Amino acid sequence: MFAFTIRRIIQAILVMLVISFIGFAVQYSIGDPVRDMVGIRVSAAEREALREKLGLNDSFWIQYSRFVRNATRGDLGTSYFYSKPALQVILQKAPATLELVFVTAMIIVLVSLPVGIYTAINPKKLFSKITMGISTVGVSFPVFLTAIGLIYLFAVELHWLPSYGRGATVNIGGWETGFLTKDGLLHLILPSIALSSIMLPLFIRLIRAEMMEVLETEYIKYAWAKGLSRRRVWLLHAFKNTLLPVVTVFGVEIGILFAFTILTETVFQWQGMGFMFYEAVERSDTALLVAYLVVIGVIFVLINTLVDILYGLINPMVRIAGTK
Amino acid sequence: MKKILILIGAALLLTVGTVQAKTLRLALDADPKTIDIQEQLSGGMLQFSHWVFDPLVRWSQEMTFEPRLATSWKRIDDLTMRFYLRKGVTFHSGNPFTAKDVVFTIKRFRMSADFKGLFEPFEDPIIIDDYTVDFKTKKPYPLMLNMITYVFPLDSKFYSGLDAQGKAKDAVVKVGYSFAKNNVSGTGAFKMVHREHGVKMIMERFENYWDKKSPGNVTELVLTPIKSGATRLAALLSGDIDFITPVEPQDFGRIRNNSGVTLFTYTGGRIITVQMNQKRSKPLTNQKVRQAIVYAVNNVGIEKKIMKGTATPAGQMSPKGYQGYKEVLQPRYNLKKAKQLMKEAGYANGFTATMIAPNNRYINDEKIAETFAGMLSKIKIKVNLKTMPKAQYWDEFDRQPADFQMIGWHSDTEDSGNFYEFLSMCPNKETGYGQYNSGNYCNKKVDQLTMAAQTETNVKKRVKMLQQIEQIMYDDAAYVPFHWQNHSYAARKGVNVGAIINTMNFPYIGDLVID
Repeated sequence: MFAFTIRRIIQAILVMLVISFIGFAVQYSIGDPVRDMVGIRVSAAEREALREKLGLNDSFWIQYSRFVRNATRGDLGTSYFYSKPALQVILQKAPATLELVFVTAMIIVLVSLPVGIYTAINPKKLFSKITMGISTVGVSFPVFLTAIGLIYLFAVELHWLPSYGRGATVNIGGWETGFLTKDGLLHLILPSIALSSIMLPLFIRLIRAEMMEVLETEYIKYAWAKGLSRRRVWLLHAFKNTLLPVVTVFGVEIGILFAFTILTETVFQWQGMGFMFYEAVERSDTALLVAYLVVIGVIFVLINTLVDILYGLINPMVRIAGTK
Repeated sequence: MKKILILIGAALLLTVGTVQAKTLRLALDADPKTIDIQEQLSGGMLQFSHWVFDPLVRWSQEMTFEPRLATSWKRIDDLTMRFYLRKGVTFHSGNPFTAKDVVFTIKRFRMSADFKGLFEPFEDPIIIDDYTVDFKTKKPYPLMLNMITYVFPLDSKFYSGLDAQGKAKDAVVKVGYSFAKNNVSGTGAFKMVHREHGVKMIMERFENYWDKKSPGNVTELVLTPIKSGATRLAALLSGDIDFITPVEPQDFGRIRNNSGVTLFTYTGGRIITVQMNQKRSKPLTNQKVRQAIVYAVNNVGIEKKIMKGTATPAGQMSPKGYQGYKEVLQPRYNLKKAKQLMKEAGYANGFTATMIAPNNRYINDEKIAETFAGMLSKIKIKVNLKTMPKAQYWDEFDRQPADFQMIGWHSDTEDSGNFYEFLSMCPNKETGYGQYNSGNYCNKKVDQLTMAAQTETNVKKRVKMLQQIEQIMYDDAAYVPFHWQNHSYAARKGVNVGAIINTMNFPYIGDLVID
């Protein structure tokens, strides 16, 4: 396990280096941060002075090595818009995104598993056909349209749910959570449904397809022949074997979910990292952008590590390299 | 006797009880970048300044000057104007407001990259006594009062000395920590009580606010930024928010059809134009070609179809009410004439040109640019259009990679001269004039008149000069005018927004009455 951990840490550092390098290389094609910092009348000379002061006139290598040096001390630069350390800004916004992604992942798991299994076992039932029909449409429906539709139906027309934001939050040791108040939970409903609408159809279809394939295999036929109970055949023999590819895809897709938070959070004015990223692009807050990319890189590495560990639990035949 | 006392007591309680807490939940597309009002010059910052601070004078709806912290003023000589300050005004910190604060404010402007240029014509003001101050300019300056609307006196005691980190409290810092970014003390109707940058700002009515005559009854102002226009509107329609601005043109119909909310628009002074680069494109040096282009643009149609009636079609730069506005200079769409002019210029078969425009800076900027390109195809000018986000646009604009470049301009002095200084004068790196004239239009007469108007204090003479400039540019077809953008607001019924909005887009929420 020790070697495994070390290897993962080295991997994370490499990922951060590569991402920050790419981020640095492309940042100025996003726009000039100084332009956004000053009013339009400010003269070119004034802007130049500001650029000089911020060190934006130094060569790429000087800037990048300065960034890496500071990063080793935990300083990922200062956000031009927030005027605060970029890492601090991101960590402040992270709980909102993590909670949203967590609830979304829960919705996906809790809905796609039973529905996927049911539709695989009963492909001819009406419910299965309707579900498959909806999921075909759902896969191709853009998330911001889903989001706006949900807002208009549940907030504007029915007045059941709030239209934007996180609502009342409770601060626990620096973590702003919306889980502990009724208002916070109500605010979570629409964004998490909107966000899960992207992946849910995909997972239902994936689980169904995998499960149907497994149900055709020899060992399932053998299990039937043995006269095992239906429940045992479906849930133990068949389902467990469909899980491995599903977990693989889940690991990758959770990462992609972070990318989709950008749109969802913007529509719901959800104060998370995705919305922060969107605004940072608009304001060419390049310092914040690079820091965000690095943090997201770390999250990806973490998720992949978790998936690898899960593998071993599901299928003892898969051994994590480096463990005994 | 006892009974009477009880009655009086009950009556008192009742009257106290009727002073209700009224909360206004306001949603803007973004919250102020900072609470240091001298750090950045932008519309959003000035809106905020009007809530937490007060200017010496401010613009009324009729574009006259309203006394605020200055009660009256008089001209002493060509260079000097004397201001009499209001007595009995206190800052949120409890410090009294005096002439010292005014001088401090002007001096601090000079430390701010955004404001120093604007206050370049001014000398440091001179204190006559605690409540009298003389403003002096280097040259005779007709726009003295216009500029004084930018002077929101700062609490000099509050912003002087060193803070806990040992840094000067008056420092103006663009990126990184400063005292003024984290602490604020103004004289305004609202006092900051809570701020979570980018999330929420809560302001409470200042109990010692000097303006007892203000009808305003908002006791708490909660500002939430909501970036997406559709969500902002949804928040209003669902009752989560009371007042929103801006409103997107495509949503106007929805609001008009909803009996619970009201739409307000107000004419604004931002002119949207396209400049025609005479240095890059040979055909554009031909006055007839430029005229043909202006004749080919149906900006009245653009206003109707794209702006949904939320703009005023323009034939010149100065909006109505400005000194340079000349009634006869109207939009001149006439396709036949345009074709005729192209023929006369020798371009009957047209030519190819490039164009750049922003896609998130002005209302419907991208659509306007596309429509412009479409309209020019009618006179056989093929336009290759490239649009980009504002973050990238201005550097591109300066590089001048295209023959047509879009730019909108709002005069920060609320005076015509500002348009010409930035957009029409011959570009000159040394003086800085013509900084945003990417058309490279250059007419010595325009330069000469603009400079003369800067120091002309006789209003009649000045009006004549400015109108002459508009006429020259109209005849030269110096640029393509589209329209002046309107400001748009929507509020739930009972929020009387109509009385507090103005052409500058500074809703005076201190004076807002909620039923």
